[in-house]
Amino acid sequence: MTETVPAGRLSSVSSGNALELRGVTKMFGALAAISDITLTVRSGERRAVLGSNGAGKTTLFNCVTGDFLPTGGTIRLFGEDVTRFPAYERIRRGLRRTYQISLLFNGLTVADNVYLACRGVSRGRFSFLRPRESDALIARADELIAAVHLQDWRDISVANLSYGQQRQLEIALALAGAPRLILFDEPAAGLSPTERSELIAILQGLPGHIGYIIIEHDMDVALRVAESVTMMHNGTIFKEGTPEEIENDQEVQELYLGDGHA
Amino acid sequence: MALAEPRKSAVQPTWVERIPAIWWALLLVLLTMPAWANDFILFQVMGWTFVLGMIALSLMFLAGYGGMVSLIQMSVAAMAGYMVAIFGASGVGDISMGLPWWLYIPIAIVIAAIFGTVVGALAVRTEGIYTIMITLAIASAFFYFTRQNYTIFNGYSGFNLVVPPQLFGVDWRQPMPFYYLTLGCAGLCYGAVVYVSRAPFGLALQGVRDNPRRMAALGFNVTAHRVASYTFASVIASIGGILLVWQNAQIAPGTAGIPAVIDILVIAVIGGITRPIGPFIGALIYVLLRTFSPDVLLAFGLSGERFKLLVGLGFLALVFFSPDGVLGLWERWRARRARRRDPLTGGEE
Repeated sequence: MTETVPAGRLSSVSSGNALELRGVTKMFGALAAISDITLTVRSGERRAVLGSNGAGKTTLFNCVTGDFLPTGGTIRLFGEDVTRFPAYERIRRGLRRTYQISLLFNGLTVADNVYLACRGVSRGRFSFLRPRESDALIARADELIAAVHLQDWRDISVANLSYGQQRQLEIALALAGAPRLILFDEPAAGLSPTERSELIAILQGLPGHIGYIIIEHDMDVALRVAESVTMMHNGTIFKEGTPEEIENDQEVQELYLGDGHA
Repeated sequence: MALAEPRKSAVQPTWVERIPAIWWALLLVLLTMPAWANDFILFQVMGWTFVLGMIALSLMFLAGYGGMVSLIQMSVAAMAGYMVAIFGASGVGDISMGLPWWLYIPIAIVIAAIFGTVVGALAVRTEGIYTIMITLAIASAFFYFTRQNYTIFNGYSGFNLVVPPQLFGVDWRQPMPFYYLTLGCAGLCYGAVVYVSRAPFGLALQGVRDNPRRMAALGFNVTAHRVASYTFASVIASIGGILLVWQNAQIAPGTAGIPAVIDILVIAVIGGITRPIGPFIGALIYVLLRTFSPDVLLAFGLSGERFKLLVGLGFLALVFFSPDGVLGLWERWRARRARRRDPLTGGEE
């Protein structure tokens, strides 16, 4: 997998920041989905993003991955200005994401999906030669499938997977190659309690150099897998701090509980 | 909508795939056909089936695996045919250069592939109906350009006497050699599409079809991938186009007129665009209708020129009852049979 990231770039990772946002704004017409977001995530940091619906969390993710180009501000990924880069260039630099609503390849099998994810961040994307059995990417894809407990569904078409299995496959796709920063968009939504604890185990088991940002409504999940928390509200950053600080914050409680009692 | 059939995993590469007996039987029939079929069947029916099937196969590759319905494939084929006439020999001595075959064939394929790639680069920025519209617009522009340009394309009359080279002392335009030539080319193109569909390039193309946004989020340059698939499809179409011009022994603007462009779409849809064999089935049905329906119509006292009426009605009936073509009918019939047989083989149930 080392072929994805030149060695020179890897060496700069351990020290610097994985992600730096400076004044990032995204307008949809006259509506600012996010405005003036300034945020820094260290390499290997695990951050939760909280906030009510419409707070701009997913828009923030879309700007970071390049699904949308921001209206204003700069985005630096691993020290490099990627504000105008297309999504695939950012992915090849070690960024990954999962989607809130599973975006998978329904016409293909589980193994094909994961193989494509592995192929996307390595050479030979345009190869006209079928992979050989000894292909390292096939072995890697099988490892990832096993990591999310889908080995028994390996040759099943994705369209036939259950909702929870599709969520697990989303995570396998995000782990392909050599990820350095992963954006998880509500990975626990709609999962059963068992699947939820499996998810937490997967997240906690990630190697230390892999940082992530996780959008999660479930406070219990968010606070167990994150070491820092960003609260968003109406497209801006409302609070930042450790999980304890956020949990005990008066304003946050008012915001959350106020909504809850209304 | 998943256009391709659910497949075995690519990740388990199968160099020697299990080939069902019916394929061996088909191969045997095709290889021995000259021994029991007459020249008319070989040249007019099977020759046309393979040629049109190849051009429709290039559309199937784009539409079935890439989700892009391109109407430019016939024009790409005609471009290759024109290049063969221009760089090779024809009855129009003023324009044709008379280069040797080993030069004009690659030149024709390369120029046609560039043409298809440029059109693809324009078309991939659009989706669905707009892809159809833009490729149709370019196809009709190509038709009118070839009809009005006399310096290169010899305008209305086009080129006549365009024949295959006399290679190895064989006249390749004789029914039997031409049959084997087209069969061989069709087999190669078919094999290439089947093979590539499971290679990273083809798999990624199916990923682009199912979910372009996610492909970008996996590190794929979706636009580049789509354009490259136009290049690949153009090579197949141009091989078909070269054989087409040899079959006709001439090429004129009407070869890639709007009716011919639509015919390729009809052939691909009749056969089914979910699998590479579909376009050949569609081409066989189309050629059989075109060849024999005048006789049928005349027998009923109708004008023999109305064979397109039969093609059109057949097409309507098919899209109505089986939007995924003859292949879809066949697959549903097999599924039903398998279900019906189950209680017998299952015993107690």
